[in-house]
Amino acid sequence: MYSKGFVPLAIATVVTLATAMGLVFFYAPLDADQGFVQKIFYVHVPMAIVSLCGFVAGGVMAIKHLRSGDSSWDMRSYVAIHISIILGVGVLATGAIWAKASWGHWWVWDEPVLVSFLVVVLLYCVYYPLRFSIEDRERQARYSSVFAIAAGAFVPLNFAAVRMAEAYTHPRVLSQTGGSMPGEMRLTFLISLLAMALLFVTLWKLELTSKHASMQLKRLKRKLAEREVVTT
Amino acid sequence: MPALPLDEAGKYVAGAYVVFLTLVVVYVAILGAKIARIEREVSALVAEEDET
Repeated sequence: MYSKGFVPLAIATVVTLATAMGLVFFYAPLDADQGFVQKIFYVHVPMAIVSLCGFVAGGVMAIKHLRSGDSSWDMRSYVAIHISIILGVGVLATGAIWAKASWGHWWVWDEPVLVSFLVVVLLYCVYYPLRFSIEDRERQARYSSVFAIAAGAFVPLNFAAVRMAEAYTHPRVLSQTGGSMPGEMRLTFLISLLAMALLFVTLWKLELTSKHASMQLKRLKRKLAEREVVTT
Repeated sequence: MPALPLDEAGKYVAGAYVVFLTLVVVYVAILGAKIARIEREVSALVAEEDET
């Protein structure tokens, strides 16, 4: 069901990731200000963008679940949020490494971009206890969807609020006018972003396939057990 | 702030990329283990059905 087109997608992901890595280290020029440390940008920023988009996508899938009542949309939403949280942890870790290299500190509490991203990740960490504290499957799916929609709406609002706030210390490489990135850097960034997006979709499909197979197996076991009861 | 020298910057860049690769590898390994468990359970069910 979910495994359709998985192999070409996985191959495309590996090829794009390898291309992105090659461009980062052998094609993109060194940043005049930050030097070699700026290479972290090509993994940190695409991961942050894909993670935030994944949270919003989880909210959109949750809307589809509430509108249709189809539990597969709840599963899609759950997996999207799950992978986004993992990427979010990666963003915080790579961001801390970049902060240490650029500013000399692992974490800067008065930097709105860092703190707002931490707030988003912590908000989504609530999703797990909320979801798994409810035993009834239908209620679990419904409540999780409501949370995913509310939190998904918060993500762009949070992003807009941070953009409106003045941040002088955080490296601002992207802007509405395209920033000041030279062509080679921009191409490398776009390929890295595409690779990260493909990685997200590949992992999303892989986990959905695994979850679907697991549910089918449980159903099969239940049916076999019922058949045994009837025959004995 | 002046750019860090390459020998010092290199460890931070390597650290960031290792974090990313570790996350992906661990995640895929966990999923692989789950899929292997499902496969084992399916094989056990088939064997059970063949016996009956």
